Amino acid sequence: MSGDDEAGATVRMNMIQAINSAMDVMMARDPDVVVMGEDVGYFGGVFRATAGLQAKFGKTRVFDTPITEIGIIGVAIGMGAYGLRPVPEIQFADYIYPALDQLVSEAARLRYRSAADFTAPITVRSPYGGGIFGGQTHSQSPEGIFTHVSGIKTVIPSTPYDAKGLLISAIEDNDPVLFLEPKRIYNGPFDGHYDRPSKNWSAHPAGEVPEGHYRVELGKAATVRSGEALTILCYGTMVHVVSNTIEELGIDAEIIDLRTLVPLDIEAIETSVKKTGRCMIVHEATRTGGFGAELSALVQERCFYHLEAPIERVTGFDTPYPHSLEWAYFPGPVRITEALKKLLKD
Amino acid sequence: MDAPRANLPPLSLHVPEPKFRPGDEADFSDVDVPPAGSARRPDSAEPAANFHELAYTLIRVLDDAGQAVGPWNPRLDAQALRKMLRSMAMVRAFDERMFRAQRQGKTSFYMKSTGEEAIAVAATMALAADDMCFPSYRQQGILITRGYPLVTMMNQIYSNKGDPLQGRQLPIMYSAKDHGFFSISGNLATQYPQAVGWAMASAAKGDTRIAATWCGEGSTAEGDFHSALTFATVYRAPVILNVVNNQWAISSFSGFAGAEATTFAARAVGYGIAGLRVDGNDALAVYAATQWAAERARTNQGPTLIEHFTYRAEGHSTSDDPTAYRSAGEPNAWPLGDPVRRLKEHLIALGEWDEERHAAQDLELAEEVKRAQKEAEKNGILGHGMHQPFETMFEGVFEEMPWHLKEQSEQMIAERKAAGI
Repeated sequence: MSGDDEAGATVRMNMIQAINSAMDVMMARDPDVVVMGEDVGYFGGVFRATAGLQAKFGKTRVFDTPITEIGIIGVAIGMGAYGLRPVPEIQFADYIYPALDQLVSEAARLRYRSAADFTAPITVRSPYGGGIFGGQTHSQSPEGIFTHVSGIKTVIPSTPYDAKGLLISAIEDNDPVLFLEPKRIYNGPFDGHYDRPSKNWSAHPAGEVPEGHYRVELGKAATVRSGEALTILCYGTMVHVVSNTIEELGIDAEIIDLRTLVPLDIEAIETSVKKTGRCMIVHEATRTGGFGAELSALVQERCFYHLEAPIERVTGFDTPYPHSLEWAYFPGPVRITEALKKLLKD
Repeated sequence: MDAPRANLPPLSLHVPEPKFRPGDEADFSDVDVPPAGSARRPDSAEPAANFHELAYTLIRVLDDAGQAVGPWNPRLDAQALRKMLRSMAMVRAFDERMFRAQRQGKTSFYMKSTGEEAIAVAATMALAADDMCFPSYRQQGILITRGYPLVTMMNQIYSNKGDPLQGRQLPIMYSAKDHGFFSISGNLATQYPQAVGWAMASAAKGDTRIAATWCGEGSTAEGDFHSALTFATVYRAPVILNVVNNQWAISSFSGFAGAEATTFAARAVGYGIAGLRVDGNDALAVYAATQWAAERARTNQGPTLIEHFTYRAEGHSTSDDPTAYRSAGEPNAWPLGDPVRRLKEHLIALGEWDEERHAAQDLELAEEVKRAQKEAEKNGILGHGMHQPFETMFEGVFEEMPWHLKEQSEQMIAERKAAGI
């Protein structure tokens, strides 16, 4: 969390407001930053993340687009080639697949194949994840598809403070960044208990956000809680589900919020696992070939002689996201608790 | 930035803007509405290049006096007209009830088709019962017209015990193969090339059935739409490609899909496909155009693209509030009127219907929907109790369950048992 003279006074923000503020600050600082996507203009986005930006910066810098994800990303790459710094929104991460060719074959490789003659300094924002009864087309966590691609950075914030600081860093970054926003925690941290009243960000320390410019460095994890019993690697919504479960069980876990999946803060992971000797990985995305598999391999390669128990993964099941059985699917407190029992039994 | 050619005028970027925003008075007097009966009706075997003008006009049958006029008049008998009216009124009654059910917290989501009922209902009536439909999410009228049980639709909406899709899909994403209704995806325009593929298969097999598909004007921007048109023209696929131009894709007006420059029916011209532009609030025009396109498809003359010019009278879905981005006066100012009222007035003008019968029918339909709802709610509503056994979550990912899903299923049961739930 780099200090910055321009950070200014702090105010209370939820994650949507923090994301909005990041774009607002960047558009004011850099006339080349443009925001584009379905419904992002006059309406301000279906989640209100771009509210007020068109009125403030005009239609040539904040504009609605046709409904074509491959077009949105391809056009963003072209604008980037001209010298702009586009921040395209894909309305739901579940709708990102038509854009796969432009992201995988183009944005991710442009720097390499042109020997930096051209680059793609774009930041693709997209709400992702479940817990809102969105069915299979409004709930997916596709980060593992993109972390598998060389040349694109993948960032997932878990608090308003981080969301703003990371988004500013992503926009300033000269490489393509996929910025996935955990929509379940837009309005407040979610403890995993869907049947309890929802909380908002007003009581959370990271709901306190500077109004001005500051960065949270890409590639740096955050230690949310220090502990000795085990290391838990997580990101996005799961940071809060894990934290709450740990508190309820009274387990002295070290919780690491990865924040950036690529490039990964391997040092933070290695140091923690070598200290605790046990590692649990938690994500919402499906299990097979998920980012947890990569984390598990890295921990095994680097910390094998320090491990006292097999690494545990708690993930979404390998099924499409079900509508009515959402809470059985979601890797919530029950499943985390059972995995902890296994990991800590001797 | 340097200005190496400073003597040239600066470029400017055009970003479309709808004519009316909240607070503005809606005025559609500049919308060109040709008189009913004015469009020519070519033979269904004519080459598409002979009638490009039909992609730029509006095929209309019902005039302002409620009379059916011109060459596109399908001359339906009173019984068929009453069935059409009843189906359209039923769709509206169903939508009202289910919208309210979502507001009452009985389900997560709903999408109405208010003002667009003619498009699904009249087209379905012009198709054969076994023609295959690849709809978007706003053609519930197909199922209702084909007599799919209301209770089953509601069971799906509630994700309850009676849901044939076992609670897996978002409400209204029906699937009913035995009613010629393909599984709705939720992703946009994906069904378009699939419909073309189904039609190609039917042709390859020497079948007699054709396919029809629907998407919104906003979705015509998706690559799937253009791929579908290419395949459809290359293989002369027996398919009807419907574009429901209701002018709003959530908050984006049709200008963001290209409507400032041309019509959606005109997309057909570039692909060499027959293109018709139809008054989508005129059930008889929708019926006639579909019947013409079906005849064309069934006689190996290939695909037809039909633009249904209509207006989305309500929000995109229960998650949308259109007063945040468009003039509240638009739905009432829309010059093509209400499709249910127009068909009703036609039947009254024919002496085959009256206001009393119509009011009585509305009451009867509301009662029928209410009865179906009571029945469906016996099977449960979303979020109140578990309506599907947990292990069903792992079924149907593959035909046969691989070891890793079996293991995950067993793990879930064991974890829940250990947790005492």
